[in-house]
Amino acid sequence: MTDIQTLIRAVDEADSSTHLLEAVQALAIAHTQAAIPSLIAALGYNNPGAAVAAVDGLIRLGEPSVLPLLEQLDGYNYGARAWAVRALAGIGDPRGLTILLHAAQNDFAMSVRRAATKGLGSIHWQKLEDDRIQSAQLQALEALLHVSQDHEWIVRYAAILSLQSLAIEGSKSRPDWLAQIQTRLDELAETDESLTIRARVRLAQQQIQNARV
Amino acid sequence: MSDSFDNFNGEQLTPAQAIENLRSLDLGLRVYAAWWLGKFRVNQPGVVERLIEALEDEADRTEAGGYPLRRNAARALGKLGDRRAVPALITSLSCADFYVREAAAQSLEMLDDRTCVPVLIQLLRNEIAGTEPSPVKLDLPQPYEAILEALGTLGAIEAIPDAKSFLDHPVNRVQYSAARALYQLTDDRQYGDRLIQALKGADLQLRRSALADLGAIGYLPAADAIAETLAENSLKLIALKGLLERQVGETNLPDLSDGAIKVMTLMDSLL
Repeated sequence: MTDIQTLIRAVDEADSSTHLLEAVQALAIAHTQAAIPSLIAALGYNNPGAAVAAVDGLIRLGEPSVLPLLEQLDGYNYGARAWAVRALAGIGDPRGLTILLHAAQNDFAMSVRRAATKGLGSIHWQKLEDDRIQSAQLQALEALLHVSQDHEWIVRYAAILSLQSLAIEGSKSRPDWLAQIQTRLDELAETDESLTIRARVRLAQQQIQNARV
Repeated sequence: MSDSFDNFNGEQLTPAQAIENLRSLDLGLRVYAAWWLGKFRVNQPGVVERLIEALEDEADRTEAGGYPLRRNAARALGKLGDRRAVPALITSLSCADFYVREAAAQSLEMLDDRTCVPVLIQLLRNEIAGTEPSPVKLDLPQPYEAILEALGTLGAIEAIPDAKSFLDHPVNRVQYSAARALYQLTDDRQYGDRLIQALKGADLQLRRSALADLGAIGYLPAADAIAETLAENSLKLIALKGLLERQVGETNLPDLSDGAIKVMTLMDSLL
């Protein structure tokens, strides 16, 4: 029996939440694709510590985790689904785009909307074929403009961060998007009730400006 | 009391009904109405007067002798922000019921009125006769956390010597409240640093409590420790929001201090 199988078996056989957490952490640190099914299963054990460790492990493994995550999403209970969205957001693979678009705008849990919204700003667009990049980015832009009106400040905060990324990413190819993003940021700077949001808008404006010079 | 909450949770109340219900013969309706008026911050004519009246209620008692209606009325009065409630809330600081005193101290903190400071200090010294201890923790004679936090927020520098005596209190959260208040009253970093130490403790509940305290005082040197402590990102983000808003308040937008930018960079990483 190889080491990795021992680690996987430890997750299967964990008899307490502490043992489960430790076993998942060990498996995540092992950094091997053979761990992916067990890490994904750990998202559904209703153990937040283990789920955080599993999400971290899946994000570090990156692209190979994406298809297994997508394949299993629909069969999941809500809790596992929410963790899977966070993993997809952290990986940034464009195959997760549809899931993130939906979760950012519709999930009832603000922590999931927050993570998905941040994910929309950190997608690795260059992994798409050239002729698909602009339409995918446009979908993200429209979703982010919508999410920037979320009633939770932390979701608006994430939207500003992602709008900033998109503005910097697309500032040369799509000056019209840049103008839309700047208009929305100006509105938030004027009208948002939260001082934190107005401060983050100011930082986004600075960073977009710095990226252009 | 919990039964009446469950029964009325689904019912659509209007402000007028809620105000009327404050004088209902049904005690459950009264308690719920007081909570509801505070929750939805219904500040219509007559509401504050009736809630002040409810602070003297004698009809609604728990088996342990507590005053559920008074507790909810005291909490609601803080949220409504009308300083006419101050004298009645100060009177409530002498109520036998621990939770009425706790709610009154929290509401006086929110109303930002310094006239209550002498009574808060008397309460901190446990000098007010007839005040019963916490019904749950009998060795806690007064709601020290609420009292200390109110004194800190109200800038009661005359309370500094008394607050210092709570830095070694056997209940950790009381220690944190003392440190939090003393930081607000003295700007001395040793008190903020005590809360940073608390973030490194073994108990999750206490780390959460220290996060809330650091956010409330906006203690910038805690930024990295907040980002690194083992607790939910949601709570870390709320604490960092407190730090950020203190920073931004000192410079005024659109200027951003280095501290503000540092805090936002940490927040970005926790989303």
